Amino acid sequence: MKKALSVLVVVIVLLMVSGLAAAQTELSMWYHGGAWAAEHQVFIDLIEAFNSSQSEYAVILEAFPQESYNSSIVAAAAAGDLPDIIDVDGPVMPGWAWAGWMAPLTLSEGALDEFLPGPIGEWQGELYAVGLWDAAVSIYARRSVLEAHEIRIPTLEEPWTGDEFDAILEQLQASGEFEYAFDLGMAWTGEWYPYAFSPFLQSFGGDMIDRSTYCEAEGVLNGEAGVAFGEWWQSLFDRGLSPGTSQDTGDRETGFIDGRYALQWMGNWAGVSTLAEVGDDLIFLPAPDFGHGNIIGAASWQLGASATTEHPEGVSQFIEFAIQDEWLTAFSDATGLAPATANAAAMSENYSAGGPLEVFYELSNDQALIRPVTPGYATLALIFEKALADIANGADVQDSLDAAVDEIEADIEDNGGYGFDCG
Amino acid sequence: MISAAESRKNAPRWVRLLVPEDAPLYQRNEVIAGWLMALPALLVLTIFLVVPFLMAFVMSFTNQRLVSPNPTEWVGMKNFERLLTVRVFTLEPERDENGAIVYADDGGIAYPRLRTFTRKNPDYPELNGLREFASWQSGENRTIILAADVVFLRALINTLVFAGVIAPLQGGLALLLALLLNQSLPYINVFRAIYFAPVVVSMVVVSLLWRFIYDGENGLLNTLLGIATFGSFQPVDWLGNPYTAMPAMIAMSAWQAVGFHMVIWLAGLQTIPVSLYEAAGLDGAGALQKFRYVTWPGLRNTAVLILIVIVIQATGLFVQVDVMTRGGPLDATQSVVYQAVQRGYDKQDIAEGSAISVVLFVVVLAITIVNRYLTRDRD
Repeated sequence: MKKALSVLVVVIVLLMVSGLAAAQTELSMWYHGGAWAAEHQVFIDLIEAFNSSQSEYAVILEAFPQESYNSSIVAAAAAGDLPDIIDVDGPVMPGWAWAGWMAPLTLSEGALDEFLPGPIGEWQGELYAVGLWDAAVSIYARRSVLEAHEIRIPTLEEPWTGDEFDAILEQLQASGEFEYAFDLGMAWTGEWYPYAFSPFLQSFGGDMIDRSTYCEAEGVLNGEAGVAFGEWWQSLFDRGLSPGTSQDTGDRETGFIDGRYALQWMGNWAGVSTLAEVGDDLIFLPAPDFGHGNIIGAASWQLGASATTEHPEGVSQFIEFAIQDEWLTAFSDATGLAPATANAAAMSENYSAGGPLEVFYELSNDQALIRPVTPGYATLALIFEKALADIANGADVQDSLDAAVDEIEADIEDNGGYGFDCG
Repeated sequence: MISAAESRKNAPRWVRLLVPEDAPLYQRNEVIAGWLMALPALLVLTIFLVVPFLMAFVMSFTNQRLVSPNPTEWVGMKNFERLLTVRVFTLEPERDENGAIVYADDGGIAYPRLRTFTRKNPDYPELNGLREFASWQSGENRTIILAADVVFLRALINTLVFAGVIAPLQGGLALLLALLLNQSLPYINVFRAIYFAPVVVSMVVVSLLWRFIYDGENGLLNTLLGIATFGSFQPVDWLGNPYTAMPAMIAMSAWQAVGFHMVIWLAGLQTIPVSLYEAAGLDGAGALQKFRYVTWPGLRNTAVLILIVIVIQATGLFVQVDVMTRGGPLDATQSVVYQAVQRGYDKQDIAEGSAISVVLFVVVLAITIVNRYLTRDRD
């Protein structure tokens, strides 16, 4: 009892001393990954290092569960109670910037020169957010399976062409060794659809929206390229090559590892755990090229400043501290995601030369195309998801894409162009 | 001593409004005390039910957004027009210069694409933005029902079908269970607990479990049916097939909630005096006649209650859809509340979501009034 009491006294004294030392200006920071223990811990370490590295600012971290994070920000914005530092998902950022919830960052010249394109969050020419890592998607495959079927192993310079890829899927399915040749991850409803599948559409030459104006989707989503993509997409399910929208998340997690799916379209966050199960046989292959390049999505969670912060320079100072290579490496080692710079990649466990996920860094550097940069993205993504799900379930391709275009354009009109000059 | 009339005159206006004029003084104090006691509950109800409903009502006439710097404007009935506009349109065949009908490659009559009429066509402003909901052949023309919001229309019909099927199904099953369990057998409470168990499990958990059961690749249901038919059963992708998704959802929902209504039926059964059954027995009534002439009339009020409760619960169909199908496949399981949440929250169009809530409110109110009228006491 006495001992406990003395420990308590020591703790209180320590707290008071640290409180005295913290004559620093407090900066509040909200973070979405309360459930991601490893990543959360790196943030705690990072903030501790930042707070003791200088005497002007002290960052205070508040972690949220991911499911309620965005709604907490929406509510805080409505109540005028946003934190100083905001953690924001890349494609959502333009919406928050447009709504006036975020302020541009002022980093020193050349701070982001070495960065991958994905983690740089720009909206209408201003830098609003910076990511400490990027996510990438590739085709997971077993070398032994490809060799047994005499299938060429593609490279970034020479990816599978669309026709080649399609023939490979047919061949693998026909072998009878697998329930499905290609697992797309249809069980992962939500952001996975636009993030993982719109690159196929872009490789066909279409897109979710006309990026030159951000006012229309007519002819881009439902044009010839869009319909060609849609027909191919539908045929994946018609021919039984891929599990459809009713796929169970459990099958998604284990189907490839168990050998029931031949190939899997999957993100780098699962790379380490899949390697642990499959071993050296596992290889990560670049996206196929359907005619307009082999493309994957980019941009993950990023850090930015709220519009209501009284200390924008403090937020920028913190972000500049965080984007040092050692911290990028620390995050990558903890999460398995790709570091934002080549130097950090070289220092990291998984992305350094000979590291198990090395190829993903090049994938991000080479193939990445960020999702449409518009405040309308939240709605756009849902409309696109529904169109893909309907087409997968047998709806008419042209009609589904036409309907999506009409809904996208009606939404843009309702929102006065989302900050773009749509006349 | 002050007279009753005088104390009334001196009382604040709200007391005069609440207390009947001819009530004696002591009763006035009781009325005031009663209102004071109800106050906390009224306050909570007002803040969490009345105010949100009024806000939804007001917002449904605006273009309010969740995330937007644009000012909110009144748009009148626009949100409702977008939800509920339905038109009938006749599509005429394509004709060549001689007026003869053009035939498509497959031998069918060729029609112009519907979208040439519904997308920015100055000759048909009333069709702008509409989509095909249903169509049929009438002579050489096609008659098409166009709707401004095809998905919402599907959601509305689905919800009504869901309620219409599940009310008799779930109510009937619950009554059957209640009759079985309304006996004094040993361990009867164990059975009551078992049938009630799904009710206390969260609907989210139940939905997740049933996704495993309905799984088309290696689900429990397919496996069981395969074993029961010695392997001749072809596996069905229950939630992935537009024809089986809604029935699957109905079956699972009925299973989950049947225990709750069983308990209400049980309570009703226990209010019927045993003497009535004894008297009926003496008059020579069999089991069926006892049910027809004693049990059923005795359960009349319970039946009305159960019908209304099930229908109201069913129109709120949401969790199953959200967890199991997200409205798919091909809108086969869209529901009104799911659409309200998806538009109001996910698509950040809170005005449209509010409008859907208001429509749902009117629908439920209408169903309840009709229900009350049909089951009114005719004596």
